[in-house]
Amino acid sequence: MAEHGPVEQVQARDGRLRVFLVDDHAMFRAGVRAELGAHVEVVGEASTVADAVHRIAATGPDVVLLDVHMPDGGGRAVLEAMRRTHPQVKFLALSVSDAAEDVIGLIRAGARGYVTKTISPDELTDAIRRVADGDAVFSPRLAGFVLDAFAARPDTPVADPELDQLTNREREVLRLLARGYAYKEIAKELFISIKTVETHVSNVLRKLQMSNRYELSRWAADRRLV
Amino acid sequence: MTPHPPRLYRAPEHRMAAGVAAGIAEHLGISVVRVRVAFMVLLGLSGLGLLLYAAFWAVVPLRPGDTAVPPRRDIGQLLPFVAIGLGVLLIQVMVFDSVGAAGTAGWLVAIIAVGAGVIWHQSAPERRRQWGESMPVPWLGAVVEESDRRAFVLRFIGGGVLVAVGIIGVAAVYSPAQNFDAVINGVIFALVGLAGVGVVAAPVLWRTWNQLRSEREGRIREQERAELAAMVHDQVLHTLALIQRNASDVKAVQRLARGQERSLRNWLYKPTASPTERFAAALEQAAAEVEDTFAITVEAVVVGDRETDERVGALVAAAREALVNAARHAGVQTVSLYAEVEPDQVSAFVRDRGKGFDPDTVEDHRHGVRGSIVGRMKRHGGRAEIRSSPGEGTEVRLILPISGAGSTTEKDR
Repeated sequence: MAEHGPVEQVQARDGRLRVFLVDDHAMFRAGVRAELGAHVEVVGEASTVADAVHRIAATGPDVVLLDVHMPDGGGRAVLEAMRRTHPQVKFLALSVSDAAEDVIGLIRAGARGYVTKTISPDELTDAIRRVADGDAVFSPRLAGFVLDAFAARPDTPVADPELDQLTNREREVLRLLARGYAYKEIAKELFISIKTVETHVSNVLRKLQMSNRYELSRWAADRRLV
Repeated sequence: MTPHPPRLYRAPEHRMAAGVAAGIAEHLGISVVRVRVAFMVLLGLSGLGLLLYAAFWAVVPLRPGDTAVPPRRDIGQLLPFVAIGLGVLLIQVMVFDSVGAAGTAGWLVAIIAVGAGVIWHQSAPERRRQWGESMPVPWLGAVVEESDRRAFVLRFIGGGVLVAVGIIGVAAVYSPAQNFDAVINGVIFALVGLAGVGVVAAPVLWRTWNQLRSEREGRIREQERAELAAMVHDQVLHTLALIQRNASDVKAVQRLARGQERSLRNWLYKPTASPTERFAAALEQAAAEVEDTFAITVEAVVVGDRETDERVGALVAAAREALVNAARHAGVQTVSLYAEVEPDQVSAFVRDRGKGFDPDTVEDHRHGVRGSIVGRMKRHGGRAEIRSSPGEGTEVRLILPISGAGSTTEKDR
């Protein structure tokens, strides 16, 4: 299947973001490519984990759009293989699944954001841009999952409160995100700058990734995922 | 013997032989197994248990009013008790006149009968049925089948004792009692013999067991596949057919696709909960109804969950009304619904980015907002705020203070 992929353009760069597609459905890749073509430069696509790892390393894109469910390990395997060797590549999960375990799992593995495949082309372009700029992209549903995962447990002592718990401000930002507010609306609502909102959101993401194993296993157990 | 009231009756619906033990157990309020064990023990006193049972059978009447045909006696259940009873009787006989090889053989038979009866009784009935179907010799299942830890330990110890007693017995019978070396030799040879039997039998047992396991796995897979196929046929194919026939009607296609996506998603990822019992399920159902009715997308996010009651139900109804309003008047394709259950309050937010309006200019006769949302929340001790301005969209905030009970934010989800 991989042999039929398009010729990869390794160097050409005209200011547009360089995006790589990883998805095992050729139809979907073609659709995304058509939708995004005007705004970003799609530098390559792959349908398997091994292929993706190989070609992402070769093309060095800014952002990788990553499917969660693929036959041989899925987006998580790609993330884990690439993260150490290519830390500058940003990953945005683009999946049809919005199940909590998929979303949180990908974020913990190092994805900078998570959007579902029903997202509109404009929103997707915007999300790619934000991820490339170093921001985190939260859909309302993702914000909801995070709130759920970090639900206040005042009775449980946490090993490292700095790391594992969300501040009130971050929680507030997440709530507004979950209520469907855009970043600039959140900034207006809370009387802070957009940059601050972005910082809070990035911090939430960092905490999600850094949360210890104990926290993760309890989170999974709470939801009967394991 | 039959004090009244209440009288002692035989209980035919739980009977194993005649319902005597079940009746007594019911009458005394103790477990039926205890009564049966008591009969077994009494058997040891010159068969007193059997006599007592027969006497009870003859004297105690069937419970009146039980005109229904009693269930067929379960041979599988009766068997272990017969075996145990036989064993006890034999032991009792042996105690009085055990002589020579015949006596020892009798002992062995007695002990084995008791052991086998106990093992058989310990195994669950449905497992026995499974053995019956899948194995040429049903009782083999008791030895081969993997089961819970307790049964395994019991079987292991029981089997060990039986074997040890058997070996010592054989050795004692065939050697002069005063020659201890001969006994040891006998034991060693018996062990070697047993090991040989084990070597011969093990592959067969292992193969049977593997075959059974793979059969079971295959059955489960087949069942899952059938369930999936049924779902795809009933829902997905029909929706796709409808979409093909309505291809020109964009709204209809979107509605069909949304509805199908939702039901597939629920089927794949969501644990099902009853909308009449759980807050999150109720809210999601309301959102789904609005989606289907008005062909819009409701992005529902619910954090935490709890049981519903009248007040929480009112909040759900108010949120539904807000969704309907947004779908009707805002002129947008997407409305977001966010709800959160906290220990001290339940809140819901319905937001759209549509036309918006000036809340001050809403006329008094418009009941949707005043009656169904603001008024309803107020009646149930909560409050509703409506934030809207032309061009900016609308957000309805519903907040309901609650006492902590019933919230399941932190556990049990």
